Amino acid sequence: MNHRIQLLALAVSAALAAGAVQAADLTVISFGGASQKAQDAAFYKPFDKTGAGRVLPGEYNGEMAKVKAMVETNNISWDVLEVEGPELVRGCAEGLFEKLDWSQLGDKSKFVPEAVSECGAGIFVWSTALAYNAEKLAKAPTSWADFWNVKDFPGKRGLRKGAKYTLEFALLADGVKPADVYKVLGTKEGIERAFKKLDELKPHIQWWEAGAQPPQWLAAGDVVMSSAYNGRIAAAQKEGKKLEVVWNGSIYDLDHWTIIKGSKNKDMAMKFIAFANRAENQKVFAENIPYGPTNNDATKLLDPKVASGLPTAPENLVGALATSTEFWVEKGEELEERFNAWAAAK
Amino acid sequence: MQPYATPIERVWFYAFRVICGLVLLYLVLPILVIVPLSFNSSSFLTYPLSGFSMRWYEEFFGSHEWMMALKNSLIVAPSATVLATCFGTLAAVGLTRGEFPGKALVMAILISPMVVPIVIVAVGLYFFFADIGLLNTYAGLILAHAALGVPFVIITVTATLQGYNTNLSRAAASLGAPPLTVFFKVVLPLILPGVVSGALFAFATSFDEVVVTLFLASPTQRTLPQQMFGGIRENISPTIACVATIMIVLSVLMLLTMEWLRRRNEKLRGAG
Amino acid sequence: MNEAAASLVADDGVPLKLKLRRAERAHKLKSVAMIAPLFLFLLLSFVLPIGTLMYRSVDNPELHRALPQTVAALAGWDTQALPDEPVFAALVRDLRKAQEESTLGLASRRLNYEISGFSSLLTKLVRKLPPEGAGVRDAVIAVDERWGQLTYWRAIARAGTPLTSFYLLKAVDHRVNEAGDIESVPANEAAYVTVFGRTFWIALIVTLWALALGFPVAYLLATLPSGPSNLLMILVLLPFWTSLLVRTAAWIVLLQSGGILNGAMIGLGLIAEPLQLVFNRFGVYVAMVHILLPFMILPLYSVMKGISPAYVRAAVSLGAHPFLAFWRVYVPQTIAGVAAGCLLVFILAIGYYITPALVGGPDDQMVSYFVAFFTNRTINWGMASALGTLLLIATLVLYAVYGKLASSDANKARR
Repeated sequence: MNHRIQLLALAVSAALAAGAVQAADLTVISFGGASQKAQDAAFYKPFDKTGAGRVLPGEYNGEMAKVKAMVETNNISWDVLEVEGPELVRGCAEGLFEKLDWSQLGDKSKFVPEAVSECGAGIFVWSTALAYNAEKLAKAPTSWADFWNVKDFPGKRGLRKGAKYTLEFALLADGVKPADVYKVLGTKEGIERAFKKLDELKPHIQWWEAGAQPPQWLAAGDVVMSSAYNGRIAAAQKEGKKLEVVWNGSIYDLDHWTIIKGSKNKDMAMKFIAFANRAENQKVFAENIPYGPTNNDATKLLDPKVASGLPTAPENLVGALATSTEFWVEKGEELEERFNAWAAAK
Repeated sequence: MQPYATPIERVWFYAFRVICGLVLLYLVLPILVIVPLSFNSSSFLTYPLSGFSMRWYEEFFGSHEWMMALKNSLIVAPSATVLATCFGTLAAVGLTRGEFPGKALVMAILISPMVVPIVIVAVGLYFFFADIGLLNTYAGLILAHAALGVPFVIITVTATLQGYNTNLSRAAASLGAPPLTVFFKVVLPLILPGVVSGALFAFATSFDEVVVTLFLASPTQRTLPQQMFGGIRENISPTIACVATIMIVLSVLMLLTMEWLRRRNEKLRGAG
Repeated sequence: MNEAAASLVADDGVPLKLKLRRAERAHKLKSVAMIAPLFLFLLLSFVLPIGTLMYRSVDNPELHRALPQTVAALAGWDTQALPDEPVFAALVRDLRKAQEESTLGLASRRLNYEISGFSSLLTKLVRKLPPEGAGVRDAVIAVDERWGQLTYWRAIARAGTPLTSFYLLKAVDHRVNEAGDIESVPANEAAYVTVFGRTFWIALIVTLWALALGFPVAYLLATLPSGPSNLLMILVLLPFWTSLLVRTAAWIVLLQSGGILNGAMIGLGLIAEPLQLVFNRFGVYVAMVHILLPFMILPLYSVMKGISPAYVRAAVSLGAHPFLAFWRVYVPQTIAGVAAGCLLVFILAIGYYITPALVGGPDDQMVSYFVAFFTNRTINWGMASALGTLLLIATLVLYAVYGKLASSDANKARR
């Protein structure tokens, strides 16, 4: 019996120790998928080579719950985190993230203005756009109005299961100009209008939750069109799939680096962010996945062929719309909740 | 069927067997259908198969993520099994020793992890472990999985103990054996089939657990089911089919062990 | 006899009866000591966590942490007239501190639950925070006139109580209105009663299907000779032992539009276009019945195994039609097994999360999904806890019924 207890104690302490060993590494959490692969090539591996530390990559789905629980209980196992705008602002206000010392991160003026904030440093510009399979559709759709047009473009459509972007797309389809979308959405009537427009299309929608789903569904013919992250579509194009992106009516947004409040490796985390945001590293990232750099110097380094595929290319910005972080900070929770209830109703 | 059965009874007799056959087919078909797909050379999960290939297994065993998940599962599941089995067996012996006030309630609480909706357990543990610093630790994950496995150990061991003749313990004690010796030399060998099947149940519970893990584990503690859940959600690739096949083989092994234990137990009882 | 026993004395002079009682007590204590470790273990890793969850469904900590002075200053407020100067001063002080301590987000999140748009009102005030001196009330109202409206102050008062019924009420589509009465929420915001209804409905349909499919199989297993019966039993036990995820994945592979079943039906010329068989209610039923069927078959089988075939034979020999004999004589004897199986399947079904999440569409999600949604996605832990608590109560009530059934059964068996 004593023997067994010893064994058990040994097993438990070994398990606890396994958790502790990792503290020496820098845990960098991203959204995974194709973007994580590009980050590995452009940021993680080169950072490991500098000898400043070793990156331990991880992924999450953007849930702030884990971060909140970690910070509230001061049991922090993550260091650097990739977040979207609204989560960054909200988390910063709720004290989930460290305030960044920009003097260590390079010249503020070298970055696009949205990339510079109290708790975050912009990593790249990505876009959610209409994508379709050119092999399956005889006529190419050109706008969200076409997306809603089930008569001329019959078949299922994919949309992300969430209020963010979906409501904007509904308003664009309803004829609202990109510049007015958030003005309209800011009113009660505007929200009703967006949901009403969505009601029209509801029977034809297949909701996706993971970024990998739209390209697969499009390639397999499960849906004829879908909203999709432009980087995922580009990855599918590289594999030889005939998928196309409609930049008109696309919504672009930034992802940011932030540091979890109370991170044990704050200095190393700052070094990592500064390193990743260097022009030469952002350039490699954009070459691996077509997401636009936030460092203006990186844009200058890019091959024009690569640059023309980015959401930030001037020709791709025509008819595109910048997401309003302010709007989603304010209304996000309420609208996501309402959207979820709406989607769950028959 | 009796030889004097009427035509309607004959028809009914065969119809009944056909219905049962279809239900049994419904039970096993999905499990059997996925196995060949893991050896398919094409990346499409459809029949007819295009050729035999081990490439998906190579991919599985060569993938850092899957191997890490397998390693984590092999850390968590056995530890949880050991915990659940030790605590559960001890308590089951205590429970069958006699009546005491509130026994029914205690029993109900000990069994309840089996019926409480798993999401509630997961969210409750998430809040509670966050408060006491067990979130994102192996220890927390192991404790949680052990709690989920306990009811199975209790049920199987109590059932086995019901057939245990307590006079054997008394005889051993009267011959001067201390209680621990009585337990390890007399009781345990006799109830071992029950303990092992309880342990198998506990192991299967942990090895298949995904919801609690989703809430409690850190990214580096992903278990096999969790990795699989992510895979199913994004894209059912043939790699998923090959993980599924491996897990099916494991469950067949466990099922056969259980069957063997059951027969052994019946034989022992028949002899006693 | 008792008196005789009382007069008996052991070697050491202690009455035997007393000794016996001592021994019994020691025996009982030992039993309890053997159960105690597991009990404590479960208390720590199961009962307390669930207690935490239930407490969170009524807990109301945000304003107490972020705006403590305002909450204290509002304690004696009559809710009829605009609060006095000190309350406004307390608010300004609190907000200044909250900004430094990064607790502002907590307060604005909580207040936004009460009134949509409160969060921006708070942010606006923080940006133009007036000094605390005299006239602070007017200065605050000058920043935004909404600070002069009672509605907003009542919302602060409601959100500032130590405990709240807000989440539990919202989980049944109700709320406390301005006047302090409970009313139902407007139709376009109501959602959770439907979700609970759907959860029970799905569980009911799954239970009925499991019974319809499980009964004949259990009967077959119970009446066949033990050789073939054991072999067929393996077909029931194999899925029982197979991972839930494996089975769910298998169903997706079988049912999806480019999947095996659709491919086969198109190949046979039965259909031209693939049918939508998964990511909808049909898929949820098929997968859930499959997963829960063994839980129906096994209790039915064990009850049927104990039924002597002599009764039905007797009824038939007395002239009853075999179907009538089966219905009137055999089926009533299986009622205990049917009830146990149905309750078990129903209890397990109402807690399902993974399977509907993977094979269902958005309108097939059950309560568990929303618990997870509120925990992870919107971090509304009060709401997650409230939905969880209600689901837990429903489960425990059913579990108690199940326990009653099982124990009365056991008693019968003992008799």
